[in-house]
Amino acid sequence: MVFALATMIGILVLAALLFDIFRDGAGALDAAFLTNMPSRLPGRAGVKPALLGSIWVLVMTAVMAFPLGVGTAIWLEEYAPNNRLTRIIETNIANLAGVPSVVYGILGLAVFVRTFSLGRSILAAAMTLALLILPIIIIASQEAIKAVPASIRLGAYALGATRWETVRHHVFPQALPGILTAGILALSRAVGEAAPLLLVGALAYVDFTPRALTDQFTVVPVQIYQWVSQPQPAFHELAAAASIVLLVLLLSMNAVAIILRNRYARKN
Amino acid sequence: MADPIMSPPGEIELEARDLSVLYGETRALKHVSIKIPDRKVVAFIGPSGCGKSTLLRCFNRMNDLVPGARIEGEAIFQGQNLYGDGVDAVDVRRRIGMVFQKPNPFPKSIYANVAFGAKINGFVGDMDELVEKSLKQAALWEEVKDRLTSSALALSGGQQQRLCIARALAVEPEVLLMDEPASALDPLATQKIEDLIYDLKQDYTVVIVTHNMQQAARVSDYTAFLYMGDLVEYGVTQQMFTNPSEERTESYITGRFG
Repeated sequence: MVFALATMIGILVLAALLFDIFRDGAGALDAAFLTNMPSRLPGRAGVKPALLGSIWVLVMTAVMAFPLGVGTAIWLEEYAPNNRLTRIIETNIANLAGVPSVVYGILGLAVFVRTFSLGRSILAAAMTLALLILPIIIIASQEAIKAVPASIRLGAYALGATRWETVRHHVFPQALPGILTAGILALSRAVGEAAPLLLVGALAYVDFTPRALTDQFTVVPVQIYQWVSQPQPAFHELAAAASIVLLVLLLSMNAVAIILRNRYARKN
Repeated sequence: MADPIMSPPGEIELEARDLSVLYGETRALKHVSIKIPDRKVVAFIGPSGCGKSTLLRCFNRMNDLVPGARIEGEAIFQGQNLYGDGVDAVDVRRRIGMVFQKPNPFPKSIYANVAFGAKINGFVGDMDELVEKSLKQAALWEEVKDRLTSSALALSGGQQQRLCIARALAVEPEVLLMDEPASALDPLATQKIEDLIYDLKQDYTVVIVTHNMQQAARVSDYTAFLYMGDLVEYGVTQQMFTNPSEERTESYITGRFG
């Protein structure tokens, strides 16, 4: 009963929030909104550069964080010796997952933007977000790998499989649905982040579409933040409309996660 | 006391010499010496925790995978110490196959299960033929020949275990180690496995760990009784079950403990 109530409160708050956003934003949301550049005039402003920026950053984040995170998880679970150093590494990864995202923004600014001289670029932003979601991907992938029964590994070893053959043919394919789900959920966290990217230098006003990794950029959450800060109510409607766009992006990513998981689960 | 280092007639395939296994501080196997003849079935019996599975796993170096396990002494296969310098555990396991207590087929097709071991071992011949041969050896071919591409998990427990045997045979090992291969199966499936073991000794040396005394009596040529990490008695099965020389063996066999 208490739990049902707790669940109801959560759902009601979420529903109220969604209702509010849709009431404010539905009017401003049309095809032109998706294809227009931002503008001083609320009636002509659109979300195109921010949406494209988000997609660029997202793809690059995935390209960097995925192999690194999954590789780390495989090493920690299947290769790393069971000693103090490994435990220290694991504890630290768990701690990193709890570090506020703005701290990653400061790190990105200092290391990628300044030290590596990448500037306020898509690449610097993607590297920052990749760092942000790496611990999440590693931990979730470790869980997926741990869930593969030990008897499968023993079975493979007993046939004369090496560690790598066991991982490649049995452990990894079986853990893949869980890894994919984890990865996409981590990416959906990245796509909603504004704070670290404000620090790394996502621009508030971008009237061009990005063409290269070294280009300056903005992303949807930053665009929302900028519109909400405007005094005119018309811009607040735009912010709500952009929130809907972000929401649709997030939901479709989660849908992809579910589809992938079901697909691979069936294949196994 | 009977000589535990009894030398069975015929060629010796596997041998333990003063073999001990330690898990941390616990000595699970204490200075065991035993000779296992070629193309015979040898059963290891004894109560839970007596070290029989530990001894079995020394012969294909599966104990290497247990964190904290340490091996002292020698396990010798065809004259070569399996724990000697430069011996690769992976090669050992390719020549000495193993079947586990609980059937553990890979969650793949029946065909893929059998083909996997051969594939990673660089088998270059006709894979279809090898799969068929291995499944026939494991007395499973007739039951699965029309559905080789369906999932191994759809098979019954007994069929899964025979698939695991086929999978081990496809690597063409010289020895087959079986760790209580029938303990998770019903009597009918158990009988099939036992018949199979009888056939397998034409071509392979089989070492089987079992909890089931009748099973040891039925399938094995030689029996070793282990108790608390010691090899108590080793001899011809029939003699051991009718006229054991050790009191502890007799107590165990007649069901007074264990």
